[in-house]
Amino acid sequence: MRDVWIVVAVVGAVTLFFKAAGPVFLGRRQLPPRLEPVVALIAPVMLTALVVTQTVGGDEEIVLDARVPGVAVAAVAIWRGASVVPAMLIAAVVTALLRTLF
Amino acid sequence: MAAAPPTSRLRDGVRAALPLTPGPVLFGLSFGVLAEAAGMGASAAVVMSGTTFAGSAQFAAASVLESGGTVAAAVISAVLLNARYLGMSFAVASIFPGGRARRFLESQLIVDESWALSGRSGRFEWPILVGAGLLLYVLWVSSTAIGTVAGGALGDPSDLGLDAAFAALFLALAWPYLQAREAQQAAGLAGVITLVLIPLAPAGVPLVAAAAACLLGLRRA
Repeated sequence: MRDVWIVVAVVGAVTLFFKAAGPVFLGRRQLPPRLEPVVALIAPVMLTALVVTQTVGGDEEIVLDARVPGVAVAAVAIWRGASVVPAMLIAAVVTALLRTLF
Repeated sequence: MAAAPPTSRLRDGVRAALPLTPGPVLFGLSFGVLAEAAGMGASAAVVMSGTTFAGSAQFAAASVLESGGTVAAAVISAVLLNARYLGMSFAVASIFPGGRARRFLESQLIVDESWALSGRSGRFEWPILVGAGLLLYVLWVSSTAIGTVAGGALGDPSDLGLDAAFAALFLALAWPYLQAREAQQAAGLAGVITLVLIPLAPAGVPLVAAAAACLLGLRRA
């Protein structure tokens, strides 16, 4: 029981620090101009990495399951101009259907 | 410094996050259920949702504890999963108004979904991040609490295809950025790093390592 609270406290404290680091310590100061292109790439880079882990990520293994066709169909829809919500619905419906059928 | 006229309000942020509601609710419920099963106890589960507020890290910690792992293993896996917030926090550092205490509190509303939604217009917007973050926070903490009492009555969120829906969310949010060539190259490298590391490293490490792809931005200078 004590172990649980140690985990909750340490993970909580470190996460609080991670989230606050930019707004509290960097604040409204501007980044050095040389770093601006680096920061501009954070969004596409992290979002792409999240797409990969969320689509094929398993427990320390690549898992190819019903998520892959679901995300693939959604990707085509996004490419054809679908916005966030329809894209999510398409991925969920295709994946859930495949899981029900097989 | 003259403030730009507000183009969006907190309300717009709440509205932007409304379609995502099933995600945090179902995952929050299942975190509560898993935490109970892992013997964490209801109060520790709810406190963790309120202070850590990052689903994947909480699931990682709870599942390590459930499988009999050590405190260190639970902490390290959760911290690695959340290390991405350091980079995300730097990306939005300048959008938070007010004093240090207020910026500290509001920065805690940074979570994958609120952060990603707040940047969808091509520049990060504070009202979207905080509005969306508030809604997600309330849903996350309350559904965790319900989950700890609801027990196993809940189905598996993956039956509903929610895992694929979240991948589609991140892809749709990445899409506008991926029109520029530098972003395509960096995203491609990030995708390769993630794929290579998933089988080799604990969860969270691939996401952190993928952030190295941002360094491609140094080439242009």
